[in-house]
Amino acid sequence: MDILPILASLRRHKVTALLLILQIALTCAIVCNAVFLISQRLHRMQLPSGMAEHELVQIRLGSVGDGSDAKSQTQADVAALQRIPGVQQVAVVNQLPFTEGDASNGDLKLKPGQQTSTLTVAQYFGQNVVSTMGLHLLAGRNFQPEEYVDLDTALASLNNGSAQGFPQTVIITKGLAERLWPGEEALGKTFYLGGDIPFRVIGVVADLARPNQFYNGIENSILWPMRLTFAEGGSYLIRCAPGARRAVLKAGLAKLKELDPGRVVLEKRTYDDARSAFFAHDSAMSDMLLSVIIALLLVTGLGIVGLASFWVGQRRRQIGVRRALGATRGDILRYFQIENFLIVGFGIVLGMAMAYGLSLLLMQHYALPRLPFGYLPLGALALWLLGQCAVLAPALRAAAVPPVVATRTV
Amino acid sequence: MFGYYLDLALRSLKRNKALTVLMILAIAVGVGASMTTLTVLHVLSGDPVPGRSAHLYYPQLDPRPMQGYQPGETQPMRQVTWIDGMNLLHAGRADRQALMTGGRVAVQPENATLDAFYSDARYTTSGFFPMFGVPFRYGHPWSASDDESHARVVVISAELNNKLFGGRDSTGQTLRLSGRSMRIVGVLRDWRPNPHFYDLTRGSYNEHEGVFVPLSTSQDLNFDHMGGMSCWGNAGGGLHPSHTSTCVWLQFWVQLNSPAKVAAYKSFLVHYSEQQKALGRFERPPNVRLRNVMQWLDYNMVVPGDVRLQTWLSFGFLLVCLVNTVGLMLAKFMRRAGELGVRRALGASRRALFAQLLMESGVLGLAGGFGGLLLTFFGLWLVRRQPDGYAALAHLDPTMLLVTFVLAIGASLLAGVLPASRACRVTPALQLKGN
Repeated sequence: MDILPILASLRRHKVTALLLILQIALTCAIVCNAVFLISQRLHRMQLPSGMAEHELVQIRLGSVGDGSDAKSQTQADVAALQRIPGVQQVAVVNQLPFTEGDASNGDLKLKPGQQTSTLTVAQYFGQNVVSTMGLHLLAGRNFQPEEYVDLDTALASLNNGSAQGFPQTVIITKGLAERLWPGEEALGKTFYLGGDIPFRVIGVVADLARPNQFYNGIENSILWPMRLTFAEGGSYLIRCAPGARRAVLKAGLAKLKELDPGRVVLEKRTYDDARSAFFAHDSAMSDMLLSVIIALLLVTGLGIVGLASFWVGQRRRQIGVRRALGATRGDILRYFQIENFLIVGFGIVLGMAMAYGLSLLLMQHYALPRLPFGYLPLGALALWLLGQCAVLAPALRAAAVPPVVATRTV
Repeated sequence: MFGYYLDLALRSLKRNKALTVLMILAIAVGVGASMTTLTVLHVLSGDPVPGRSAHLYYPQLDPRPMQGYQPGETQPMRQVTWIDGMNLLHAGRADRQALMTGGRVAVQPENATLDAFYSDARYTTSGFFPMFGVPFRYGHPWSASDDESHARVVVISAELNNKLFGGRDSTGQTLRLSGRSMRIVGVLRDWRPNPHFYDLTRGSYNEHEGVFVPLSTSQDLNFDHMGGMSCWGNAGGGLHPSHTSTCVWLQFWVQLNSPAKVAAYKSFLVHYSEQQKALGRFERPPNVRLRNVMQWLDYNMVVPGDVRLQTWLSFGFLLVCLVNTVGLMLAKFMRRAGELGVRRALGASRRALFAQLLMESGVLGLAGGFGGLLLTFFGLWLVRRQPDGYAALAHLDPTMLLVTFVLAIGASLLAGVLPASRACRVTPALQLKGN
């Protein structure tokens, strides 16, 4: 079928056609970017923590007293938790990947006295952390018992201006090692934190995500051999079989309450719950984006139906004349389908430019990467499909117009 | 004339019900989405202390070493050290001032049916209550002499008072906090400034303390510190920050009642920095800021980026809905060219036709506004079910209610202008001839 007559007739409905094109372009621009935003959120929600996520349970207690016997209490707690049937390992840890709240971070330097820090790292510490978390040790070794120092002695010595009481060794992630020393062996290397306290790398683990502040590099985490107590904000991290988690959590809480009923439970959850709570916002945002996409497509689809119906109504005479002059029903149907295809096509061309502009705008105001080009043909396909579906009913109605209409006056 | 146009509009809308419903729905959905997000934005960027915020200022200093300092670019610290906070507080150069930090205490009820629980606490000085205009239900704030004598006194929130004492006047009673006995001197009325402007390190929204304790007392009793802390050099944090460490962990607020006092206070801060540099405590040249409440909130970008993004998105959506309505109205009005031609021929002016057609779009807008309002209530209900701290605050106030209708009717009138102006340009003779 010839396109030119369709274009010529569209020119007679210039304003209406332009409005429809504009609507499709806007829809295309918003939908492409919204789909991209959703994919970003989904990607974020699937980031690996590096831990054996489905085998972990977290309990965090707060002390009511002055915490003077917290060290022995923490030891007793860990021993008691370890005795619970089904429990494989127990750790005390200062923070967990993908959790809200205050995180321990430090500015890392490669040379002492360096003017600005190289990057910021999340600082994990506690007892028995590497094996309980199930971190995958790629090179080097885990901490030895004699390497551990107590958090309070380390802090006290820091406040007295010396780094003597601080650990000397550190385990880092593979990602951090590659950023600090690209292509080199990280084991045995030294970096500096705070006021030039040196730390020697003794082990490299595959992954350990930071608690939050991902803009600082999600993989930039380090581990110290440093003991802390529950009263200093330490969480008990318990590892058990995935099916035993609820039972272990319940038994653990009962045990801890039995040991000291006066303490306040601040957190009691499986790590899976902790993780989904952290990403709840992202999942809500992608739901919201998804409903906007659906609503937009619906409004645009209905708009096409409405306009196409009007055009069909307006052109009943012309259709009748064309039918009387020999056009088949298929010709009429195709006429409206091709007309819609053209309008949507113009809309898509304009929409792609707008989608790209919108993406640039979003990049300026939000930390977002550029819209990948792959999204544009996908958006185009979706809109063409939508247009064809929407125009089908009015076009069929047009095809059903009998040739006899041509002979009537109104 | 108004009644006649209204009648015409209703007749015309009734003639094509499906299309009318479609247009109303499009406006309603667009308005509903925009108003939901706009309300959230409005709630979140509101003034937490109306009437006072313009006079409340947040002094910032820069006590860090020269390392990493870029003149004119480096922002000063977001909080103050214990030493600087105490110095500024005791200097007393402002109309009112208060030094404060966040914390947490274990509340141990006398009532055996209640387990001990943690409550967020604010350790502050007596200036806090009059400066922020904190309303009291019972009792009164503690005095400056209580600050000096490290008195074991406490002010509690209405919520905590309800929980512990069933809302009765509890002043004079003893409350055990983290193992220490404190005397209740005051009970607040419901007071929840949102955002939590005076300490943004504890979360920006829906954070409120149950317990207020004099700062001096909290340090005596070793109460836990909670909230942001930044250190430099060889210093570490913990629950009990050292008073001499190189860490900032306190907030200092001042009330300055006139622009002249603001200028004077700023030069005082510069002077103080110079003095501290001369003493060898500071290394950097004076690097100070003095922001008022709204500037401080802006600087900290408290309104979540996602909320702004959602607002833009929903207005984009409204735009699509409007373009959709314009297109449909245009098609509809153009189709009535014959009828309009007859009216023109019978003597109606273009202006009259234009008014008549706009009336039709106005009616659509009103209906769309009602629909939009319902959808806004539904949308806000959905928002309140979201996991964010601010979600519970999302409620429609009378201003936003009015904005909803203005937006709906304004938008549909705007959408009606182009179609109406094109439609009333019909040439009567041509239309009559065609028929």
